[in-house]
Amino acid sequence: MVDLTYQDGAVTAKLYGEIDHHIAPSLRGEIDACCESRRPARLILDYGAVSFMDSSGIGLVMGRYRMITLLGGRLEVVNIPPSLKKIFTLSGLEGLGVIK
Amino acid sequence: MKTVNSMKLSFISKSVNESFARSAVASFLLPLDPTVAQIADVKTAVSEAVTNAIVHAYPDAFGTVYIEARLTDTGRAIIKIRDRGIGIPDIAKAMEPLYTTSTDERAGLGFAVMQSFTDKVKVRSTVGKGTTVTLEKLISRSEDGQK
Repeated sequence: MVDLTYQDGAVTAKLYGEIDHHIAPSLRGEIDACCESRRPARLILDYGAVSFMDSSGIGLVMGRYRMITLLGGRLEVVNIPPSLKKIFTLSGLEGLGVIK
Repeated sequence: MKTVNSMKLSFISKSVNESFARSAVASFLLPLDPTVAQIADVKTAVSEAVTNAIVHAYPDAFGTVYIEARLTDTGRAIIKIRDRGIGIPDIAKAMEPLYTTSTDERAGLGFAVMQSFTDKVKVRSTVGKGTTVTLEKLISRSEDGQK
């Protein structure tokens, strides 16, 4: 599940619950549609309420990074819970500089 | 290593079953009194293996995914995820981080996650016959596998 808000040139996507290969496509669709219509300067992915994710949650970040970069904006990933730190570290996404 | 408990389940390769599969395996581990982190590790690794079976083993039609899990008297969980799908032609290549044959925004981290989140990962595959992924993780150090 995702709640999308737009304020001050930024789209915030607050993600909830579990993210896996079954759930990720619908999240991707909602976030991309919002960004294509709003053309934000920043897309903020808030993982604070995500209770579980596998590498589909990493794929979601990588895909949104490509999408928002093509639209001329930048990506921020915020509020990663301690339980998800391990998979984010493994992914190497820290090298992209998007994790805040 | 003596088996103190075991279970089998099978389900159709629909992505909606990924959540069911990892939750079922996590529930099966509970007699070993795992920590929250151990449960999360096993759920994540199982989710990756099951997703691989759903996405890669049966690309054009639904098939069956089989899970067999057992707990040993040394406190280990041994979980096999098996399919009768197309198989993996080059296992070493498939296990390379960031390698994926999928166009569906997969991160290519499935095997890397399995290796990082469990103690041992074994992959056996025959092209045209299917793949078995075996995950092993120490949960409890007690003598009878239960606390």
